[in-house]
Amino acid sequence: MTHFKRSLVIGLWFMFLALPLMVVRVNTLNHEIEWRWANMLWLGFCAFALAWFWRASTERRAARQALGVAAGRPLLAKLSWAQRLSDDPALSRRLLLIVAAAALIFPWVVSTSQNFYHVNIMVSALIFVVLGLGLNITVGLAGLLDLGYIAFFAVGAYTYALLARNFDLGFWTCLPLGGIMAMFFGIVLGFPILRLRGDYLAIVTLGFGSITKIVLENSEELFGGAAGIAGIPRPDLFGLVLDGREKSLYSYYIVLALVALTIFVTNRLKNSRIGWAWMALREDEIACVAMGVDMARTKLSAYALGAFWAGLVGVIFAAHNNFINPDSFTFMDSAMILSMVVLGGMGSILGVIIAALALKLLPEYLRAVAEYRMLVFGAVMVLMMIFRPQGLISNLRRKYERAPADESDGHGK
Amino acid sequence: MVMESNKLLEVTGLTMDFGGLRAIDQVDFSISAGEIVALIGPNGAGKTTVFNCITGIYEPTAGDVVIHAPGLAPRRINGMRANRITSLGMARTFQNIRLFPAMTVLENIMIGRHCRTSTTILDAILRTRKSVRERHETIEESYRLLAKVGLAEVANEFSANLAYGAQRRLEIARALATAPFLLLLDEPAAGMNPQETRELDELIVRIRADEQVAILLIEHDMKLVMNISDRIYVMEYGKGIAQGTPREIKENPRVIEAYLGEEVHA
Repeated sequence: MTHFKRSLVIGLWFMFLALPLMVVRVNTLNHEIEWRWANMLWLGFCAFALAWFWRASTERRAARQALGVAAGRPLLAKLSWAQRLSDDPALSRRLLLIVAAAALIFPWVVSTSQNFYHVNIMVSALIFVVLGLGLNITVGLAGLLDLGYIAFFAVGAYTYALLARNFDLGFWTCLPLGGIMAMFFGIVLGFPILRLRGDYLAIVTLGFGSITKIVLENSEELFGGAAGIAGIPRPDLFGLVLDGREKSLYSYYIVLALVALTIFVTNRLKNSRIGWAWMALREDEIACVAMGVDMARTKLSAYALGAFWAGLVGVIFAAHNNFINPDSFTFMDSAMILSMVVLGGMGSILGVIIAALALKLLPEYLRAVAEYRMLVFGAVMVLMMIFRPQGLISNLRRKYERAPADESDGHGK
Repeated sequence: MVMESNKLLEVTGLTMDFGGLRAIDQVDFSISAGEIVALIGPNGAGKTTVFNCITGIYEPTAGDVVIHAPGLAPRRINGMRANRITSLGMARTFQNIRLFPAMTVLENIMIGRHCRTSTTILDAILRTRKSVRERHETIEESYRLLAKVGLAEVANEFSANLAYGAQRRLEIARALATAPFLLLLDEPAAGMNPQETRELDELIVRIRADEQVAILLIEHDMKLVMNISDRIYVMEYGKGIAQGTPREIKENPRVIEAYLGEEVHA
């Protein structure tokens, strides 16, 4: 029985892999090494059982599918829940209302005047939702890999910090300026890499991200160097004086509004001439150009719009934290945002939101098992790549209804 | 059939070098309004390179490619960007199908309308009246073309899921969506069975009549070529070796030699 054998091998392999982690422990008190063999047996057994069960169930599913094909039922008949949701606007609208209402009451439910920890966590999670949605335009829709996306976030944050410190400009003035500044940098980066693809694009964007961080770290007078800039003013609300909790709530609603705006704009763009061109560019660049799409303009607009959101939310980030330094803009953050887009499903707005929330909130609430936090995180990533390599919500088919008045015309032809 | 005044595309002395290799050498040809012209030749003769040169994928080393778009002054398009050439009115299909696989059949065609619409980013975000109107026009026109190539039923399928012949027809419809006056088909019948080829034959003739386009095609299926072409150009080793009506080409000894070589009497 080959399933049995293979599962056995997997069990043994896991035992071997986990040897240093789960079995060997150095007891520093007694200066001796503990060998916890029981752990290893358990792990081996669990891995074996899971693998065996998994193999059996995939085999059964394949058999069932083969039966279905033989009976003449098409494979594609089964629609994912996301596809059903997108096909039914009334249902998705209702769901959207419920989620929006929940998001509005959320901070009042979880925070007290002393404890607004959960609100602050949610603010940073929502900041990453906006970043994920922004990068989704560049990577998910237009297919332009960007490994230095966090640099645009930094541009937004530093724009506000510097304008507030040097020119005493307020938050609301700087918010659009941060976005526009990031957009400008998006175009500046976009020009030299118009002709690049794949690996080369990854290298250049990676370099751009690193350069930005190094410039920030090394220029003391202008950007405050590695120490960063402190005392950045919080968002102002008609000159009212807010206490700690109110400040958090205010940040929360600002970033929530920005999330809503991002969703709205991205959704409209995705369903327009611009979005179609982005997707065509992602699918096949040569065919796309041969069909009359201006590659330069389409790529630049994807970079610029992706960067724009990062710049906007960078301003909010700086204002919410009062303090920024280059350590908030590392390659790890770029990689994190990219994994949100990939895990969520390239181009899927809902998928990216879910993935961004999961990736930011899970580590936060997994602090209880802090030791294994990254291990669990890694395991989740690996499992996702095995079971849903296309992301949480894969490419959905969109239907385009013809205008009812023209329907009769269409039939006549 | 050939009228000097009605020339749509004029290619003279077209030459393309790849490093030391001369892929095309001094090729001349022209297409007039309403014509179906075939470009044939043995494998590696440079036919697809000719296509790539005149559609802006490559920039030719030498020679002139001049198009006479209806109502516009003649224009030399050497080295012009491919999307500009398409919006001037010359659209193509590809030898190895290049659809947008993860987009639906309808979306594939809608891309063809891109260069005929002008909704800007701001229009799209604000959903202005213009963007709504253009969107409707795009959808309507796309459905019309889908119906023409017989794919209306599968409009909402992913194009990757279509059968091979259907993908070829979709590529033609996508090229037509750019509203061209000259359609360039690169081996439209490649990989099709005889039944599908016969249907394609009718489709091409019908497209010429309905959409008022001239058609330049590369094809290996001689039956198709002889059936529908008004004129044929023959290439071998990057050079034009013959031209004429299907009957003339069939009897041209130079063409027979190019195709059958010298082993014919062995």
